[in-house]
Amino acid sequence: MTQEKLGPPTAPAVAEPPRAWTRSHLLDVDDFAPAELEVVMQTTDAMKEVLGRDVPRVPALRGKTIVTLFYEASTRTRASFELAGKALGADVINISAGGSSVEKGESLIDTVRTLQAVGADVLVMRHWAAGAPYLVARHLQAAVINAGDGAHAHPTQALLDLYTIRNHLGDVRGRRVVIVGDIEHSRVARSNIWSLLAMGAEVIVCGPPTLLPAGLRSQKASRPTVEENGREAMALPPVQVETNLERALEGAEVVMTLRLQKERMQGGLLPSLREYATLYQLNEERMSRAQTGALVMHPGPMNEGIEISPGLASSLQSVIEEQVTNGVAVRMAVLYLIARGTKQ
Amino acid sequence: MTSEFPVDGHIILSGDDIRRAVRRIAHEIVERNHGVSAVALIGMHTRGVPLARRLADAIREFEGESVPVGELDIGLYRDDIPSLELRPHLQRTEMPVDIDGWRAVLVDDVLYTGRSIRAAMDALTDFGRPASIQLAVLVDRGHRELPIRPDYVGKNIPTAMQESVQVLLEETDGRDEIRIMRTDGEV
Repeated sequence: MTQEKLGPPTAPAVAEPPRAWTRSHLLDVDDFAPAELEVVMQTTDAMKEVLGRDVPRVPALRGKTIVTLFYEASTRTRASFELAGKALGADVINISAGGSSVEKGESLIDTVRTLQAVGADVLVMRHWAAGAPYLVARHLQAAVINAGDGAHAHPTQALLDLYTIRNHLGDVRGRRVVIVGDIEHSRVARSNIWSLLAMGAEVIVCGPPTLLPAGLRSQKASRPTVEENGREAMALPPVQVETNLERALEGAEVVMTLRLQKERMQGGLLPSLREYATLYQLNEERMSRAQTGALVMHPGPMNEGIEISPGLASSLQSVIEEQVTNGVAVRMAVLYLIARGTKQ
Repeated sequence: MTSEFPVDGHIILSGDDIRRAVRRIAHEIVERNHGVSAVALIGMHTRGVPLARRLADAIREFEGESVPVGELDIGLYRDDIPSLELRPHLQRTEMPVDIDGWRAVLVDDVLYTGRSIRAAMDALTDFGRPASIQLAVLVDRGHRELPIRPDYVGKNIPTAMQESVQVLLEETDGRDEIRIMRTDGEV
């Protein structure tokens, strides 16, 4: 046995994976560093392996209680959070605003305090008001995951979209990603813009001028910091804005189209669904301007024949079903990363 | 209990020592199992994985037979909850075979409380029902908290609780070396 005295050990030549996860809530991805996104991607890989087993269940979150609290309708997001929680061995309770004490007039804060009092460790919430999960996170010990707040953010959708893109294209750096549709009212677009930019993608948003956010509409590809009343207003993301879909699609490697919410018509923002479909429907003919084999994505639910042609939605280029599948693995990763930090 | 080792550590196994220990364990695995039919090596992340590959290489060299090598991350099976920052990230889990009926040899670098091995056995049995599970470790440092004992040991190293054993491997750390050091800051 050698017993020579040594200096302090030098750093390993091959570094440990980055230990970048320190969050106890997931509210948006707008402030995520690339290393944090990498942690989620890497954790999602491990969850995909679990989901591929004969019995897709592990005890990682045994004894944890996850509550999903939805003030808005949802199929895939809620179902995938529930499946994700159960695959990790947690107890999952689903509460909808309809049919709960919310209908009796209970406030949001009282509702979530009650859920915490009965033992919720993680609260997965969707709310029609932008910012609602932030308010809740300030009032709770439990971890909060934003499953969509108004037109503001939908972080797990952005994470599953990033994961799906990377599965096909590898590194997203420098890739041309086009987001088409009602950008103004889309939390999916907002969250995707931040995560894609963080990973170095080139992001182009495209839609009719009435459905593009006012700040972006007038913006060139830069990141201005707007001073308002002496306060620093939110910096606008450096995305390119294009109102002509044919031009936007030139050389695209990924095209995401968004659900057109029919209620938008009532606000006078669009003349007709048919006109929208004529100018902004993603179809095979238009996709020929993109790179060969460019990915077609949609967060669902789809209005086939309006924002996307039925043929394209079920084409080989479409990864729409895969997005749903990856949604479970990504939400497992997020639940695992968030809930392991909560007290037992 | 005070330690005989200083904070900055002593090398207790050199690269050559590690190489010899791996070859001996490889021989013992073949001997114990009367060959390597239906033997699979399952490396536990992080450093058990390269060790399992080295064992497979050694067995191939002197037996001329390939042994399937898998990798296992036990993160989803741990019973402790490390603090957020110290939590290691999940790594790849991959079973090389349908584990039913195989003799699975778990491979890890250091055996200490036995809790990782408990988690690894839980993980492994989620994949099926191995004919047997054996355990190969490069270092057994004692202080077991569970009724677990290794089948193959590179070196037994009696330690104090406030000491730490650090295994460095070429594949993960750039060099082969095992050192022992104090962790309580006392000199």
